[in-house]
Amino acid sequence: MRRIPLAGVVAGLALALAACGGGDGGTGGGGTGGQKAAAGELTGRGPITLATGKDRSGNMQKMVDAWNKAHPNEQARIIELPDEPNEQRQQMIQNATTKSDTYTILNLDVVWTAEFAANRWLAELPKDKLGLDAFLPATVTTGEYRGRLFALPTTSDSGLLYYRKDLLEKAGIAEPPKTWDEMWAACDKVAKLPEGKGVDCYLTEVAKGEGLTVSAAEAINSTGGAFVDASGKPNVNTPEAKKGLEFLINAIKDGRMPKAAVTLDGEGGRRHFQSGKLLFHRQWPYQYGLANAEDGSSKVAGKFAVAPIPGPAGPGAANLGGHNYAISAFAKNKASALDFIKFSAAEPQQKANALATSQAPTLTSLYSDAEMVAKYPYLPTLKAAIENAKSRPSAVKYGDVTTAIQNAVYDAITGKTTADQALADLQAKLGELTTP
Amino acid sequence: MATTINEGTPVIPTGRSRRAKVADSGGRLAALLLSPTMLVLALVIGYPVLAGFRESLFTRGEGLDADGFVVEGERFVGLDNYAAIFSGDRATAFWNAFGNTTFFTVTTVFLETVIGVAMALIMQRAFRGRAFVRASILVPWAIPTAISGLLWRWIFQADGAANAVLGTDILWTADGPAAKTAVIIAEVWKTSPFIALLVLAGLQMIPREVYEAAQVDGAGALQRFWRITLPLVKPALLVAVLFRMLDVLRMFDLPAVLVGVNQKSVQTLTTISWFEASNLRYGSAAAYATVLFVYIAVISYLFVKLLGADIIGQAREVRKKPATKAGAKTVRKVAA
Repeated sequence: MRRIPLAGVVAGLALALAACGGGDGGTGGGGTGGQKAAAGELTGRGPITLATGKDRSGNMQKMVDAWNKAHPNEQARIIELPDEPNEQRQQMIQNATTKSDTYTILNLDVVWTAEFAANRWLAELPKDKLGLDAFLPATVTTGEYRGRLFALPTTSDSGLLYYRKDLLEKAGIAEPPKTWDEMWAACDKVAKLPEGKGVDCYLTEVAKGEGLTVSAAEAINSTGGAFVDASGKPNVNTPEAKKGLEFLINAIKDGRMPKAAVTLDGEGGRRHFQSGKLLFHRQWPYQYGLANAEDGSSKVAGKFAVAPIPGPAGPGAANLGGHNYAISAFAKNKASALDFIKFSAAEPQQKANALATSQAPTLTSLYSDAEMVAKYPYLPTLKAAIENAKSRPSAVKYGDVTTAIQNAVYDAITGKTTADQALADLQAKLGELTTP
Repeated sequence: MATTINEGTPVIPTGRSRRAKVADSGGRLAALLLSPTMLVLALVIGYPVLAGFRESLFTRGEGLDADGFVVEGERFVGLDNYAAIFSGDRATAFWNAFGNTTFFTVTTVFLETVIGVAMALIMQRAFRGRAFVRASILVPWAIPTAISGLLWRWIFQADGAANAVLGTDILWTADGPAAKTAVIIAEVWKTSPFIALLVLAGLQMIPREVYEAAQVDGAGALQRFWRITLPLVKPALLVAVLFRMLDVLRMFDLPAVLVGVNQKSVQTLTTISWFEASNLRYGSAAAYATVLFVYIAVISYLFVKLLGADIIGQAREVRKKPATKAGAKTVRKVAA
């Protein structure tokens, strides 16, 4: 009798600890001398796997089937990871820390490249054998770490300004705004229309999450500021960065953004735009197809268009997203894996993928492909955006960097600190995080 | 358990030394029979605890070499990971999370107990549709926490049901006291049935005669509740409350799904530990987990010592005199 509550206590405690014991698998590393990430060592042929997020459209399976038909001895298999990007990253990291060869090819988010490369989890790719000239240059840099290529871009992504064409026309505005001031002026005009009643002016993601980092990066890059300079040193406590941050602060303070903005994640923002209650919306390209759906889920189908995001004195600097394929350093059959990566990034596969999923391609030629442009009229705009786009800071401790940015920016936009204070704190914090 | 086996062993009365030997061999048999359990416990509880503690004394992946690669291998740092928790910025975050964890534990367990006991009293009554009420009260407990977190996030979103019903436009899932309230509401909704279930089991153990006797003696409904129901259901209630406390002190999924992992107002100790682990600082994560372990151990020790002392005392008395002495005592008190 006496033992029962105590045993319960012990079991409860053990659960608390066991929850954190998960990272224990890699204890006693160090004996990995052979894992040199040098180029030209991609050898071995045979079956391979592709670790990726959910294959919602089923197109990835089609691509793998096509590959398998042509390469009966180098069969590829898809391993679907959880939906949540951070959980995908966790699983890939667990796989890497146990040096497992289960995953051959990793479908990496662009911001993970530095962390994975620096931890020697990726095999270096031969820069000269991949025809990199055909890719949009900005996308290739997302696969690089310190000038060496570790991942090949297969899809890209960049912010666009969605705007309500119908409302702007009614207000007598022919062109979408190129600057922030033009955007506010357009809002004021639309607000005077009877149709403009209850329509919020602008929204970019400011809920605490990766979207906030993206919004802050776009605002700060558009004013000529940056989080880190070209050499990787933090350089955020500058007048330019302050101007960018103040754009976000004022957009919230002046009621340009809806009050609920700090609780709206990407999907929350999409709902808001699709409900017809939003004039200008900074969003990724995936919204285009969904907001144009004719099944009644969107009230703005056919009523909107996209433009490059505005900046202080002309188009702003959008942020780059997308996914790259990399080869796990611990995988067998790296030569097959390299062939598979080349195959997936080739034009027919990228085109099929873009048509099936609306994910943006990384090959320049596809942006002027007639069939593509017919289906996605925004492609020329998107190409311009990607060419102009900036990456988020490439940091080995990216998880800490993005959290530091979110904390500082969130406090500033919710009025807990001033812009000056937030940037000074962030500069100090980034200093700690990026010094080797 | 050991005593049970001793008592159960047939003792052959052939002199003192023989009896001692048999008792001795009985002890050995008990040890032998218990050893698989102990082995499993050591494997699934002892090892993770110790491995976690060991991990907390090491650090790795600090610093980059000239080519930008992370320096490999782990380094013994003693208690540095612990010292780091209590210094500078991290100390502020730690004490904030510590405060949140404690606050959530006190508020949710208190509310759950009150509501859970009330639910149990309702479920115990005999009335038409009782099975339906019982089942519907248990539904929240059956829903996985992450899912109920999502449900509540819909309810609490800016244009969600909560604001529509209340006629307010509170940003429940932003930072601040509203977020805390949202977490408490969702947590209480989800886990009150757990307490209700255990209390209901306790209630059904109380013999009807005790109530009848009290009624004959002229005790009112309120008196019967305070003097009979509550004292007699206390052992079950205390175990339920203890389990809830252990659970809430480790709370992670609900605030993470409902509000987000990185919001100061709902950050708990497990959130910080998770954040450290997901950024590859396993040593530091293990240190946070160990601190939480110690905190939970202290809380549960105090709880068992201060409130639960009665459970053990009662159990001992019950074993000595197989009569519901405590029950008899209360009845006498009511009668007096």
